[in-house]
Amino acid sequence: MNIYDILFWVLSATAVGCALGVILSRNPVTSVLFLILTFFSISGHYLLMNAQFLAIVNIIVYAGAIMVLFLFVIMLMNLNADVEPQKGQLVQLAGVISGGVLFLVLLAAIKTAVPVTVDKTSIDIGLIANLGKVLFKDYVLPFEISSVLFLSSMVGAVVIGKKEDGVAAKADA
Amino acid sequence: MPVTSTHYLFLSLLLFSIGIMGTLMRRNAIIIFMCIELMLNAVNLLLVSFSKIYADPNAQLFVFFIMVVAAAEVAVGLAIIVMMYRKVHSVDINILNRLKH
Repeated sequence: MNIYDILFWVLSATAVGCALGVILSRNPVTSVLFLILTFFSISGHYLLMNAQFLAIVNIIVYAGAIMVLFLFVIMLMNLNADVEPQKGQLVQLAGVISGGVLFLVLLAAIKTAVPVTVDKTSIDIGLIANLGKVLFKDYVLPFEISSVLFLSSMVGAVVIGKKEDGVAAKADA
Repeated sequence: MPVTSTHYLFLSLLLFSIGIMGTLMRRNAIIIFMCIELMLNAVNLLLVSFSKIYADPNAQLFVFFIMVVAAAEVAVGLAIIVMMYRKVHSVDINILNRLKH
């Protein structure tokens, strides 16, 4: 058992344990912190697989931007006061059972998959120079379209999030 | 026992199933949204592992685009949740059942 395998098992245990913490903790702020830990361990997996660019982007975009947005919204709504009404026991049980059944079905589907040893020789695939060449040669159009997507989602977020004058006037009257 | 593609398949499957369970179990809209992010990350992990196994950079570009779409989705989705909170002063999804009646 070399260092690669040890790191794989440690990171996997961290990821799964923190993912369970996300769905089991009562406090939404704790859930967010657990999810950030999960993203960090997934970034560790990316580093193990020599995907350095994706590891950094995962930390910056997910742990840095998206989770801060979540945390900001939770703090804004003052949800940290653990007031969430719980679903009934029956519904929770049904959720766990259906999730577990999905897990078993997919497990049965992939259990006969031929295991391929992870190739440790190709180390330069995940470097930003290589990825940038592929991105700007083969994926220029999706790249440009994603910028339009960002613009439209930004406009949409502002339009949805801004206070409606009619509602505010009605509330004042 | 060296780490193989099956290990990554099982890990991604486990994370994805935890995301599904969280989506079905919780009532808080924000937690449900976070579980969807968890499922997206499970898929990303699997794509990166296959990109490593087959020495193919295209899969990593797909992961990059998934992250882009997830960021846009989070911006719009959180705006919708904030608007919902402003209207009904709760993020409980069981309030949103008016389509049923």
